[in-house]
Amino acid sequence: MTWFDTLRTSLEAMRSHRMRSALTVLGILIGIAAVILTVGLGIGAQQQVTAQVEALGTNLLIISPGSTTSTTGLRGGFGSASTLTQADAQALASPVVAPDIAAVAPSTSSSQSLVAGTSNWTTTVAGTTPSWLSVRARTLSSGAFLSSADQASAASVVVLGATTATELFGSTDVVGQSVTIAGTPFTVIGVLAPSGSSASSSSSTSNDDTAVIPLSTAQQRVSSGTSRTSVQTVYVQATSQSALSSAYQEANAELLALHGITNAASADFTITNQASLVSTAASVSKTLTVLLAGIAAISLLVGGIGVMNIMLVSVTERIREIGLRKALGARPSLIRRQFLIEASLLGLAGGLLGAVVGIAGAKVLPSFISNPVAVSMPAIVGSISVAMAIGLVFGVYPASRAAQLAPIDALRSE
Amino acid sequence: MTTYLSEPAYVHSADPVLSLAGVTKVYRSGSLEVAALRGITLDVQPGEYVAVMGPSGSGKSTLMHIIGCLDVPSAGSYHLAGEDVSTMSEDELAEVRNRRIGFVFQQFNLLASMTAWSNVALPLAYAGISRPQRRQRAEAALARVGLGDRVAHRPGELSGGQQQRVAVARALVTEPALILADEPTGNLDSTSTADVLSLFDELHAAGRTVVLITHENDVAARAGRIVRLRDGLVTEDSALGAAAASAVSS
Repeated sequence: MTWFDTLRTSLEAMRSHRMRSALTVLGILIGIAAVILTVGLGIGAQQQVTAQVEALGTNLLIISPGSTTSTTGLRGGFGSASTLTQADAQALASPVVAPDIAAVAPSTSSSQSLVAGTSNWTTTVAGTTPSWLSVRARTLSSGAFLSSADQASAASVVVLGATTATELFGSTDVVGQSVTIAGTPFTVIGVLAPSGSSASSSSSTSNDDTAVIPLSTAQQRVSSGTSRTSVQTVYVQATSQSALSSAYQEANAELLALHGITNAASADFTITNQASLVSTAASVSKTLTVLLAGIAAISLLVGGIGVMNIMLVSVTERIREIGLRKALGARPSLIRRQFLIEASLLGLAGGLLGAVVGIAGAKVLPSFISNPVAVSMPAIVGSISVAMAIGLVFGVYPASRAAQLAPIDALRSE
Repeated sequence: MTTYLSEPAYVHSADPVLSLAGVTKVYRSGSLEVAALRGITLDVQPGEYVAVMGPSGSGKSTLMHIIGCLDVPSAGSYHLAGEDVSTMSEDELAEVRNRRIGFVFQQFNLLASMTAWSNVALPLAYAGISRPQRRQRAEAALARVGLGDRVAHRPGELSGGQQQRVAVARALVTEPALILADEPTGNLDSTSTADVLSLFDELHAAGRTVVLITHENDVAARAGRIVRLRDGLVTEDSALGAAAASAVSS
């Protein structure tokens, strides 16, 4: 009996028990679809996080104040102190002090109400320097960005994010218009192009819903308190990807020196780089993915036990058929092969249908939840193979039972 | 079709088709030992038509299983067509069953999901014969038993007598040395019984060796030789009339 004949026999057996086969396949299908979806969700989340972090700019270091330890031993939270100043930023920008730093953009931001005519809109107003544009890897869709002259004269000029412009004026063609921020009239000199690089709507909103004014203007007219002399964040761009770690060292050493701190552990600032942000975020979503995929794998295992269960029922039910086949000359190995093929076919069918459902789910799901779902080819190919292997593995025991049946016992049973 | 009427080569050999010498079979269930066969010595020559009779519990089913290589003797030797079967492995036994023996069962034992020709062709599939050839030979065998027009029917669409004739076709499709029938008419009405029995007569007349197990005297009467069993022993082994004479003379 050829493999083809055996395959035909197995298919025939599956067809004659349609309902039972379908339910068994369903068990595997759910497991496979769950694996594909959870892995897809995990990968989608990682891609989203990576895209968001990359949207911050390239070769970027972010210096935040904080991690101060007060005299009483209380350790302040990240970003809680106001220890970074514009002088720090200027020092870092010097090519002598830090040759691996290409550009520095100190920034301070606060939430402000913007008024233009009758419309008003609350958004994040960032005070920064002209280098912000290149450091944050942004472009303008119209007008010009802040100039050094604006910075020097603390000019009342503003560059709006695309969303902010639309909310205030109903269009992005707003250069020359006037906006009132914190009681001071500002002239719109440019509009930022939508950042577009991040996948979810919520994050692109925050990137595109902003207003950028000169740092000097912000310190003098918009902010209050300590913000007048300090900055909240210093964005540092390294000259290249490979210079990122030396840029980090230079910035760290310079700031420690400037702040008069000898013990690096008690630094009153924190330097984060993009890569560490990505890896932190990725490790979180990876843990989640592993957890979910683990649960999905358990459901796959349950599906496999379902296959074994059904195959055992099938062996018991077809005991006379097995006896007859043996009487007619089927070797034990052939009987085993027939049941193994049947079990792996059930697994394979479950795998293929599960992949179809999983892919369909990956297409449909993002419209119900805000997360993107990636269709991962390795996960699909892998889970189909796993499904078939599960059929095979869980078919071994029932198939061996069938193969070992004595022909007379099998023929005798009613 | 003539293939099945021509006499196979072994008919002319000196060996008996089957030869049992001192065959015993002991079943063990727990500490209890039940001797189903207690020393059977029996030779069947090519072309003989033998009926094995005996009341239930006499061991005739056990004998049938041993003759059919579905079970192995506890002691004694069994040669089928000259080959010692008692020491064979599972795989070798499967091959012997496939090539040497054609079974006809009381319950027909056809596979309900398969057509008549697929059922008949099943032993050929296990013998490794190609599908087109299987179909051709299965159809010829079905024509031989008078079911040439029922080739594509499934067992459920056939009467009991027809089903048993399909089973007979399956038994002879491999041209076995021995056709072994276990109460083949036990589930049939009188008309179908007559049909099937005349089929065995024809096979016998064509030179086939037939061993038939029955408890009905009129069925046994068609055979050339009757072997009676009681309590695991042969109590009577008698040749009958013309049929026996023809078997011996040929």
